[in-house]
Amino acid sequence: MLEVRDLSVSFGAVRALRSVSFDAEPGAITAVLGANGAGKTTLLRTISGLVKPASGSVSFDDGQLVGRSVESIARMGVAHVPEGRGVIEELTVEENLRLAALWCLKRNERQAAIDQVLEIFPRLQGFRRRHASTLSGGERQMLVLGRALISKPRLLLLDEPSLGLAPLITAQLMALLHEQTEGKDITVVLVEQNARSALSVSHHAVILNLGQIVVSDTAANVSADDGLRHHYLGF
Amino acid sequence: MNLFFDYTLNGVANGMIYATLALALVLIYRATRIINFAQGAAGMMTTFIAFSLIGGGWGYWWAFIVVLLIGFAIGAVTQRVLIRPLAGKSELNPVIVTIGLFVVYEGLIGAIYGNASRGFPAAYSQRGLHIGSTAIAFSYFDLFILISVLVLMAATLVLFRFTALGLRMRASAFSREIARLLGVRVGLLLTLGWGLAGFAGSLAGLLAAPTSSFSPYYMDLIFIYAFTAAVIGGLESPVGALIGGLIAGLCISYVGGYLGSGLEPLGALVLLTVALMSRPEGIFARPPARRV
Repeated sequence: MLEVRDLSVSFGAVRALRSVSFDAEPGAITAVLGANGAGKTTLLRTISGLVKPASGSVSFDDGQLVGRSVESIARMGVAHVPEGRGVIEELTVEENLRLAALWCLKRNERQAAIDQVLEIFPRLQGFRRRHASTLSGGERQMLVLGRALISKPRLLLLDEPSLGLAPLITAQLMALLHEQTEGKDITVVLVEQNARSALSVSHHAVILNLGQIVVSDTAANVSADDGLRHHYLGF
Repeated sequence: MNLFFDYTLNGVANGMIYATLALALVLIYRATRIINFAQGAAGMMTTFIAFSLIGGGWGYWWAFIVVLLIGFAIGAVTQRVLIRPLAGKSELNPVIVTIGLFVVYEGLIGAIYGNASRGFPAAYSQRGLHIGSTAIAFSYFDLFILISVLVLMAATLVLFRFTALGLRMRASAFSREIARLLGVRVGLLLTLGWGLAGFAGSLAGLLAAPTSSFSPYYMDLIFIYAFTAAVIGGLESPVGALIGGLIAGLCISYVGGYLGSGLEPLGALVLLTVALMSRPEGIFARPPARRV
């Protein structure tokens, strides 16, 4: 279980997060929604250690994350898929996958894990030796999602996976995300601007506005509340 | 024709030394986007350490190996102590530090050993080999240069292409943040990269010393030639450093042979200008085009 308590982050005079608190349960997807500049990306970057908070705590399965290095947080089973499809363009598809498997899998287990991920994304199968720079937006998103899954993470942080993707591909990705997390002991925090598609696969939703949590409820309740949707989510 | 053959052999042997120092520059540039202006001077300094060790009664090969390791240590410590604290600030700051180190290294060695030129022993004979009864401008020592640099290049390629450590190093160089998110200890690998560069720089110093006038300044021109080689090769590719080193070595040897050795630095400058005008991204840089 992920527990965020009173988390505040400042960039100079700008307060990006103000005393943010929420829980994310294992086996469920928690959507973090809100407009541009609400602090969604900063929240994920703080959880994964890329941004140091001014105050507050983040604990995951009783381990404190604040104060740890990015790489040691990753090695606790936290996979952060950053905004903008963070493939390493200069590496091949297979090298991108292998890199994620290095710290968590033994040498003789890595190839099987890579093959398993490529079975989930058959489209990438034929591109194994191609540089990631040659992939399309949707293919890149498959690669980063596959790369995150290969380490069998216990906490998966996804930042705008649907950004710039066609609606059909977004729907496929969301269905796949649901399939990969349903009934498993994995905690997922999904940051999305595309609130409609995020709510369709999430169990819980928090809405951020100007760095503060204004709503924390089940995804079904948020979807059903017309006033809330119109006011904060624009649909 | 004989002269051309000799200049070519001479160019290959010198080009290998430029390639080694260019490799050191490439290892650092691709990992940390810094040109280490102290790389040549660091190689000079470690070679002076070898000079003292040999003078103190050490065997040549012991001194050779120990000095390569000292070069590694100097590179790693420089990154850890002086360069890493500057991360996240202006990109110019670490470059200024390397220029400062260059001045410090040359000043220090000048103060200890004096500025006069002296001789540095070679591992093998520097007398020209014979083909039939004809002497050629290529000695056993040149052969040693050729083999040791090719071994270093091959080892570097194997490291980067076929090992998990190399994959981690490439990932750290290309995308620091993503590599960290995937559990790669980037800081450690950047230190290692600087260490390997120090190793290569030391090798270049040791190989260049016997054929140069060995003084605190003997690596200055070689650094300029190596920089030219690294730029020709694209600054990011070890293979580019090798090919760039060969091109620079051959061109400078022809200029020195046919036009006079005084024009060699000018030849390097012309080569650098032509390379930057015709292919500014270097021969081995990957084209930026991509399908989106």
